[in-house]
Amino acid sequence: MNFTQIALEAFRAMGMNKLRTSLTMLGIIIGVGAVVMMLAIGESVRTDINQRIASMGSNLFIIFPGSQTSSGGVRVGRGGMQNLTEGDAQALQRLENVDYVAPVIQRGFQVQSGFSNWNTMVYGVTPEFFSIKAWDTSSGSLFGEMEIRSISRVAVIGQSVATNLFGDFDPVGQTIRIQNRPFEVIGVLADKGSDLGGSDQDDSIYIPMSTARQQVIRQWFPGSVNYIMVQAQSARTMADVKYDLTQTMRVRHRIREDQEDDFTVRDLSAIAEAAAGIATGLTLLLGAIGSISLLVGGIGIMNIMLVSVTERTREIGIRMALGARRSDVLFQFLTEAIVICVCGGAAGVALAYLGTVAISKFSPLQVGMSAFGIVLAFGFSAAIGIFFGFYPAKRASSLKPVDALRYE
Amino acid sequence: MTSVTSVAAPVLAAAPLLKLRGVRKSYVTGDIETPVLKGIDLEIGRGEFVAIMGQSGSGKSTLMNILGCLDTPTSGEYSLDGHEVATLRDDDLARVRNRTIGFVFQGFNLLKRMPLIDNVALPLLYAGLDRAQSRTRAQVRLEQTGLGPYAFRLPNQISGGQQQRVAISRALVNDPPLILADEPTGNLDTQTSVEILNLFTELNRSQGITLLVVTHEPDVARHANRLVRLKDGLVTYDGPVEDAHL
Ligand SMILES: Nc1ncnc2c1ncn2[C@@H]1O[C@H](COP(=O)(O)OP(=O)(O)O)[C@@H](O)[C@H]1O
Ligand SMILES: [Mg+2]
Repeated sequence: MNFTQIALEAFRAMGMNKLRTSLTMLGIIIGVGAVVMMLAIGESVRTDINQRIASMGSNLFIIFPGSQTSSGGVRVGRGGMQNLTEGDAQALQRLENVDYVAPVIQRGFQVQSGFSNWNTMVYGVTPEFFSIKAWDTSSGSLFGEMEIRSISRVAVIGQSVATNLFGDFDPVGQTIRIQNRPFEVIGVLADKGSDLGGSDQDDSIYIPMSTARQQVIRQWFPGSVNYIMVQAQSARTMADVKYDLTQTMRVRHRIREDQEDDFTVRDLSAIAEAAAGIATGLTLLLGAIGSISLLVGGIGIMNIMLVSVTERTREIGIRMALGARRSDVLFQFLTEAIVICVCGGAAGVALAYLGTVAISKFSPLQVGMSAFGIVLAFGFSAAIGIFFGFYPAKRASSLKPVDALRYE
Repeated sequence: MTSVTSVAAPVLAAAPLLKLRGVRKSYVTGDIETPVLKGIDLEIGRGEFVAIMGQSGSGKSTLMNILGCLDTPTSGEYSLDGHEVATLRDDDLARVRNRTIGFVFQGFNLLKRMPLIDNVALPLLYAGLDRAQSRTRAQVRLEQTGLGPYAFRLPNQISGGQQQRVAISRALVNDPPLILADEPTGNLDTQTSVEILNLFTELNRSQGITLLVVTHEPDVARHANRLVRLKDGLVTYDGPVEDAHL
C-alpha cells in the first residue's frame, strides 16, 4: 500500500467510529487551543509591559519630595511639602554620568477647545523631559529651548486629550484654553497607553516650564517643582549616580549627618526589571498550563489508541492474513493518531483564534496570535500524535498474525 | 522474492507446491511445553484437492496456520512453491500471504464495518493496486459469485452463506494458486455447505486451484480427491478419499 492508501484506510477506520474519534480529538482541541491561547495572552502581556517600560524612560531616577518611611512608602511633609527646586535640578545636571535632568511641575485643570472641554493634567516641562521619555509626536512637533526662553504659549497634547477636545480633527495649529489663556497646539504625542501604575499617559498636556510657572501653575514657593527626573548615561553608572545625587541633594538641603533625607529617590529601572520578569514568568506559567492540557490530551490519544488496537486485534490479524505488512499496520495506526492530532490541532487553533478575538473585544488587552505559536502548537500536536501513537501502533504491528487472529 | 506467484515453469510443475519435513509445533504455557504437531511429513502437488480430518484438538488448525505462514513451526522444514519458508523475512511472508495463499475461515473473518466490496478489495490494496482499480476487480469477483447487487452492504446485512461466498471471493481476488480453508462450512447449514463445496470443486476442476480443506464432516471430505487424517499431532492416513472408510 502506498501512503495515500494508508491515509485513506486510516480515515475510513476513523469514520467507522466517529464518537471515539471525536472524543479523542476533543482532548487535542482543548490542549492545542489552550497552548496557543495562553502563549498569545502571555506574549501580548509581555509586549504591552515592554512598551510601557520603554515609554517610561530608561536608566531613570525620579526624586520626590518627602522622606521614605521604613516600610517603603513616602511620608509627605507639612502640607504636601514642595522642597524640590529648579536650583536642585541645575545642580544635578552638573553631576558626572548624568545625561538629562528634567524638573516637572503639574496640576489638573479643565481645558477648553472650540468644541468642548476636558479635565486633564497639565505638566510644565523642559525639552529634557521628552529626551528622557524618548517620546515623539504623531503629528506636529515638540517644543524646545527657544519656547522656554520666549515663554511661549504652546502645548503638546496626548492622544486622549486630542480625541476628547478635537474628535477626529487634527489639533495641530488649533487653540486650547488653560486657565483662560490661549495656547497653540503644536504637536500631538504618539499613543502610549497607560504607564505601569495604570494612569493614562495619553491623558496629559505638556507646556513649557517657564510659561507654566509664570502663567498657569502658581507654586507656593518660587522655583519649587513637583518632582525631578534624572537619567543616568548607562545602566552601569546607575549606582554612582544615585550616590552622587543623594549627596548633592543632602548638601543643598543642609541635612545634618544624623538626619533623614527630606526627599525620596526612586529607581525606575528596578521596577521595570521586576515588571519584565513578571511578564516573562507569566508567559512561562501560561505556557506550562497549556502544555499540561496538551499532555493530558496526548495521553488521551495513547489511551484511545491502545484501546483501539486491542479492540481491533482481530482486524489486524485479518489484514495480515490478507497480505498487510508490519509497516502497513504500523503506518495505518500511526496515521490515524497523526490525523486525529493534526485535525484536532487545526480546530484548536481556530478555537484559540475565537478566544483571542473575544479577549481583545471584552478586555483592554490586545491579543494577537503569533505565527510562532500556531506553528509550535501544530508541530507539537503532530509530535504528540507520533509520540503517543507510536507505542500502540508498534504493538499492533508486532503481533504474530496467528495470535491476532485468535483474539476474541 | 518475486517468483512465488509466477506461473510455474514446466519443470517445476512436477515439484510439489508445498512440502513438509518433520514439522513439529509445541505451545509453551508457563513451564509446560505441550507438543501439538509431532513430526508431520506431507507433500501436496499443484491442482490437488485435499481434505484434512481429525478429532477436535488433533492439530488441524495448527497445521493450517503453519501452512498459511501465519505461524512458524517449532522445528522441521516447510517449503512453499520452492521457497524455504523459514528463510523468508516478514515482508516476504506478507507477500506470500497476499499473492500465493487465499484464506477461508470458519467464522468468515470479514471486517465488520466495511462494505463487502472493500472487504474483497483489501488484498488488492495490499498488493499495491489503487482504490479504483481494486474496487473494479472486487466488483467483478462479487458478480461471479452472484453477490454483485450486495457490493455496498455491510457483512451483517447478508446471510452466513453469502458472507462465506464473499470471503471466498476475497481469497480468490489475487488469483492465488493455493486456497486454505479451515472448516469453511462449520457455521453453515447443509444446503449452504453443499453450495460452497460445489463452488470449491468447480474452482479446483476448471481453474486448477490447489485446495486444502479442514473438516470433520465426511460429506464434505467426499468432495476431495485425497484425504489426510490427523491424530494427536501425527498423520495416521494419507491416501485417496475412496480408500478411506468414511
Ligand atoms: N496458542 C495456543 N496456546 C496453547 N495451546 C494451543 C494454542 N493453540 C492451540 N493449542 C492447543 O493445541 C491443540 C490443537 O489445537 P488445534 O490445532 O486448534 O486443533 P483442531 O483445529 O484440530 O481442533 C489443542 O489441544 C489446543 O488446546
Ligand atoms: Mg480447529
